[in-house]
Amino acid sequence: MTYQFPKANAEAIVKGISRAVYAPVEKDGLTSFERYEAGMNLALDTIPTDKSMKDVFFPQWENLMHFRVEGKTIELTEEERCHQDFVIFGARACDIQAVKVLDKVFLADPVDSYYASRREHCTLVALACDKPEDSCFCKNFGADPASPDADVTLYPVGDDYYVQTNTEKGEALVKEWNLDKAEEGPVEWLKGEIGKKYEELPFAHLNLKGFDGEHLKEKFDSPKWKKLSMACLGCGSCTFACPTCQCYDIRDYDTGNGVQRYRCWDSCMYSDFTLMAAGTPRPHQLERYRQRFMHKLVYFPANNDGMYSCVGCGRCIKKCPMHLHIVKVIKALGEEESK
Amino acid sequence: MQMVNETGWKPKIVAFCCNWCSYAGADLAGSGRLSYPADIKIIRVPCSCRVNPLFILRAFERGADGVILCGCHPGDCHYTSGNYYARRRMTMLFSMLDYLGIERGRTRVEWVSAAEGAKFSATMNDFAKTITELGENRKLGDLRCKK
Amino acid sequence: MQLMNEGTVARVVGWEKGEGECDWTPALFESVQEMDGFVYGDYAGANLSKYCVKMNKAEGKTLVVLKPCDTLSFRQLIHEHRLNRDNFYLIGAGCKGMKDESGLLLKCKTCKGKDFEIFDEIIDDEESKQPTAIMDRMEGVTALENETAQERFDFWRNELSRCIRCNACRNVCPACTCEKCVFDNPASSVASKAPVTDFEENVFHIIRAFHVAGRCTDCGECSRVCPQHIPLHLLNRKFIKDMNELYGEYQAGVGEEERTPMTTYTKTDAEPSIVRERGNA
Repeated sequence: MTYQFPKANAEAIVKGISRAVYAPVEKDGLTSFERYEAGMNLALDTIPTDKSMKDVFFPQWENLMHFRVEGKTIELTEEERCHQDFVIFGARACDIQAVKVLDKVFLADPVDSYYASRREHCTLVALACDKPEDSCFCKNFGADPASPDADVTLYPVGDDYYVQTNTEKGEALVKEWNLDKAEEGPVEWLKGEIGKKYEELPFAHLNLKGFDGEHLKEKFDSPKWKKLSMACLGCGSCTFACPTCQCYDIRDYDTGNGVQRYRCWDSCMYSDFTLMAAGTPRPHQLERYRQRFMHKLVYFPANNDGMYSCVGCGRCIKKCPMHLHIVKVIKALGEEESK
Repeated sequence: MQMVNETGWKPKIVAFCCNWCSYAGADLAGSGRLSYPADIKIIRVPCSCRVNPLFILRAFERGADGVILCGCHPGDCHYTSGNYYARRRMTMLFSMLDYLGIERGRTRVEWVSAAEGAKFSATMNDFAKTITELGENRKLGDLRCKK
Repeated sequence: MQLMNEGTVARVVGWEKGEGECDWTPALFESVQEMDGFVYGDYAGANLSKYCVKMNKAEGKTLVVLKPCDTLSFRQLIHEHRLNRDNFYLIGAGCKGMKDESGLLLKCKTCKGKDFEIFDEIIDDEESKQPTAIMDRMEGVTALENETAQERFDFWRNELSRCIRCNACRNVCPACTCEKCVFDNPASSVASKAPVTDFEENVFHIIRAFHVAGRCTDCGECSRVCPQHIPLHLLNRKFIKDMNELYGEYQAGVGEEERTPMTTYTKTDAEPSIVRERGNA
């Protein structure tokens, strides 16, 4: 079904949703997906947000359980799983594709119940990208900025949002909003426009030939990694901004009255990533840098029917302090292939 | 003796004491039967300059409401110059804590010699009084450590 | 510049253009052919001194392009015995103020001057000798000092709560050259990979600023690289300001003196109680 409401009403609609809403919010010049509260600055036009939607399903840190020792007994309290429905309002196609990547990891056996519970209770409201940035290249990786795969999709046309519901869950949510029905015409028109705009982007078509399991060794041994990785500081900016980076560490914190077990994002850029008793398997930045891109472009598709774990959101292009990013890697290693 | 404010709250105070002067000063206070608050936990360190800024921050993390560092008088350091370095470091650290908006009274450095049992007792009483007035440390602690 | 590559030096550390207008990357050039990609100009904001630590053990001389402010960091690293002067050929490159997408870099707005502290050769022109500073370096620090304690607390809570512990500030810092950082060492009891509580955010930044106090040349890289736009230079400059006021004017990386204010003392230094006695509480 297609509906319609004026853009100016967006805030009222978000406020009116009876469930918790996570939406892109601007604060101090940075945008991220936050639990919406009155007074916050909705940033529905930002593409992409500084921090991704990943934070909602897989936060930077979360408590898993708490141990308390009294005498000889250990009392274990598990953290409650998400048990209330919530809505994500204003997700972009790249972030939604990213969640599909995360699903492959967290919903595969053994299922990560912390993540799964949040996925189950979520209703996704997506926004089509009418104004993609120069750093966007999502279509290379299977996301479509014109029709993001969500329960509800909003299409910004002129001063209005056209609303399309794609699932029953979505239909139920939109019913609450009491909207006027609308023609499908403008939606189709916008889809065409987005398609055209996307074609003009500098990274619209990247040559991904050769980024697969069959060329693993060739890519791995490429002499180009040395030069590519030289400037890398080994900070975690790219991994933390990335909507698909899913590595985490589980740590115990001694609170003085027990132990808090929590997990937090880890980064393959760090020297203590996968540190073992015998040392680290990737002693130099070159290996760590290679690991990140090989994982996204070669190992992951090799294990997941060709699905890349890059979604072309362009955040690493914007965030890397030294301007190293995945497009440079794809171009450098891709060229080699064509020679 | 205990310091208690009107709500019945008792401060937790950590005192880092240099082995050669201030710890001996505390001893002398004890043998001279001079009282100081029971809520002050003394940690003996070989020299005041052994105290890393992290020690002080960690004390706050773990629930201390005030941290005091005691060492030999400048010029009297058992290791010649340790307390001179400690003096600069603590000045810088305290200034930074102040810059971050942490109450100034929560940290202090005091020089107490082995002969100054009375000064030790007076210093601790005064510091405990300041902290009791300041109340609970809410700005610089780890929530997980609170029950 | 390219001529240097024939014999005297084995490699060059400089810049390379990226995909767009301003995404220049520090790059390593190991042959004359590669030097085609070499660029220098408005978007060469990064401080290459830190990369020198990695190059110090490499065979043969390394040619490094340093801007005036970068030479301070380089000299400071020599003081700390992290670099061997003989392993490097230094080109002092004139700087007209570096830029990024949004204009002049913050660190260039408070430029410390255009003098090269250490070099083998200087390449510059008249324009690059003109000062670029458009505001006072300590302006931000003084403004904060004049606020009340609660205002300062609220300011820093707001800023530091954005920290995501990506460690970019630490990893880019030419003064942070420890083989293993205390915050990466699980035995240190303060190691953490996430800003789990307020305390964690505070302690990381206080201690990091403290560890570089006296060695920080105020190159401004920490604030430049922070993906969360935290004004980290305000922490370092507070220490610089305090040290200047209490222990005499000092600029890390200038001159032959290896001792910093934090590794020396005088018998008449101020007592820590001075903090309690001054200005706004």
